[in-house]
Amino acid sequence: MSDVFDQFQGTASYIASEELRHAVNVAVALARPLLVRGEPGTGKTLLAENLAAALGLPLIRWHVKSTTKAKDGLYVYDTVARLHDSRFGGTDGANVRDIAKYIKLGSLGEALAAPSRVVLLIDEIDKADLEFPNDLLHELDAMKFRIDETGREIAAAERPIVIITSNNEKELPDAFLRRCVFHYIQFPSRELMTEIVRVHHPDITDRVLDNALEVFFGLRSTPRLRKKPSTSELIDWICALKKAGVDLSRVSGGIPFLGTLLKTEQDVELVGKRAKA
Amino acid sequence: MLIDFLFELRARKLPVSTHEWMALMEGMALGLHESSLDGFYQLCRTLCVKDIALYDAYDEAFLAYFKDVHTDALKLTEELRAWLADPRSLEGLTDEQRQAMAALDLDKLRELFEQRLKEQKGRHDGGNRWIGTGGTSPFGTGGKNPNAMRVGGGGGRSAMQVADERRFREYRRDVVLDVRQIDVALRGLRRLGRDGAEDELDLDETIDQTCRNAGEIEVVFRPPRRNRVKVLLLMDVGGSMDPHSELMSRVFTAASRTGRFAKFRSYYFHNCVYNAVYEDAQFRKPVPVAELLSHSDRDEKLVMVGDALMHPAELLDPGGASFLYTQNRASGHEWLRRLAAHFRSAVWCNPEPERFWPGTTIEVIASVFAMWPLSLDGLAHAVRYLVRGGERPRVGDPSKWMKSMVG
Repeated sequence: MSDVFDQFQGTASYIASEELRHAVNVAVALARPLLVRGEPGTGKTLLAENLAAALGLPLIRWHVKSTTKAKDGLYVYDTVARLHDSRFGGTDGANVRDIAKYIKLGSLGEALAAPSRVVLLIDEIDKADLEFPNDLLHELDAMKFRIDETGREIAAAERPIVIITSNNEKELPDAFLRRCVFHYIQFPSRELMTEIVRVHHPDITDRVLDNALEVFFGLRSTPRLRKKPSTSELIDWICALKKAGVDLSRVSGGIPFLGTLLKTEQDVELVGKRAKA
Repeated sequence: MLIDFLFELRARKLPVSTHEWMALMEGMALGLHESSLDGFYQLCRTLCVKDIALYDAYDEAFLAYFKDVHTDALKLTEELRAWLADPRSLEGLTDEQRQAMAALDLDKLRELFEQRLKEQKGRHDGGNRWIGTGGTSPFGTGGKNPNAMRVGGGGGRSAMQVADERRFREYRRDVVLDVRQIDVALRGLRRLGRDGAEDELDLDETIDQTCRNAGEIEVVFRPPRRNRVKVLLLMDVGGSMDPHSELMSRVFTAASRTGRFAKFRSYYFHNCVYNAVYEDAQFRKPVPVAELLSHSDRDEKLVMVGDALMHPAELLDPGGASFLYTQNRASGHEWLRRLAAHFRSAVWCNPEPERFWPGTTIEVIASVFAMWPLSLDGLAHAVRYLVRGGERPRVGDPSKWMKSMVG
């Protein structure tokens, strides 16, 4: 296999399944955005951070919110500042005629203007308006855009590696999906979970880990749970157990620190009822 | 060469475009499939299937198309070599067999293997000669021969095994409407206007005012454009609506999205509306309809969602409410008429397929509310009707019901 391909192998603190590694490497090789979906807490956002660390590239983040507009990611033209400067004069004797000074690049703009290759994370793309992904099609395809106010064209020196995450909340438009490499992060199997926990808690003993996973997967298989506990919650929970020095095999009557695993009242109630029955 | 597989995928309703297929070809040219079937399974899925709900259909297509392909040349020769080179594989053999093994050199074995591979026409399970699964042949996988060579299979799970498991079956959803489609349909339901807090810079007006002011800056703000449409959603839950509950939750998700409407309220009812509707689907918090109407602007758009199927008595007779704690003095029909009369525009969306409408209580209710099926098309019609008015669809002949009631 060529070196260009298997670039990403996970990192010391991030265990990626083989399927995920393959998807990442395909996206890197084909220079297409990688769309990652999956349950919350399966490490979608962490993937970008660790990919950047593994490849030694800078990471640029773009956290999408419900009010985010696609254009904001490219650049913002600060008209009010310019008006202000034109009236009162800039503090540093600025030239108001120089529009470029009032153009601030957004995250995507920064990634494209970067002198070398970067990793761009577009986090939770489904939070924004329905048409948001469609508005980005051209920029993600061509990896360049024009600032209308100055006529300047910004094109990526090297195509950035784009990682896009989405909770399965909203359907994304087909035209957008066509351009992506897609991967669904499945919930880790018990074996993979053992590895993941070991990375975060290297000093944990087999017995403690076994007990913890037993309780955790038992909890996840409870029917009608509104929100199943996730990987990150498991890691927090084990951390709490360790700090408090609780030995799971000796605890009777309920799960200690249940609040780190279950986040809704109904779920806690449900699990309590089942434990009694 | 793989074009048949593309059509196999498309035949199973996987929306694979030429664009994506070209990307796959590009990927294979780069060797991203690692010259193996497993690699191809992964590569093709990441590039061509963009929805977990379609993974199952992909697995099916993959199984159907590649069921006869057992292995690939590259992996074979490597495994053969490894097998012959690894002395541990020879444990459990008698001395006699070991001698026989030693006599069989690599080239000869490979030759024999390739010869068998050529002779073999299809999938083979069991037996003692062919390459396949089960059986006592020295080639294949899952066989009883303790020294058999495993072909494919070993070293993690193969694509065929993964596909065979159909792990993604539960994610499948062959349903009519998804949230996005409902979302798009509801987008027609708007009347834009500017009101609320002034937090958007009006650039044109600012420049204009500044000029009038002889260059003294005059910043003008205006309220952003917002949808002025107010919506009241009443949903039927429980009983005959249970099969539609998933669809209902999608309608609710799309309609209740923040910022979509100037005002959005939703209530539940069971079967038919009587003197009260409920804030929760468990019917614990009743809101009298009279109160609801007095708090509702006549301009609000009323959207009823329900199957409108019930026993005629539940609809037409006073006191016909089948619901435990309700004693209705006016009939359900009368309450529905009051609702419809209060609002300037109201529609009823029915998840029941249209062919089941005639001869049921749906006919009566469709004479009170403009009714469309809860499909993409129906929803679009309903939205258009709410915004612009127009003709109501006619459903059956409700007059015969009225006569029977009077008689």
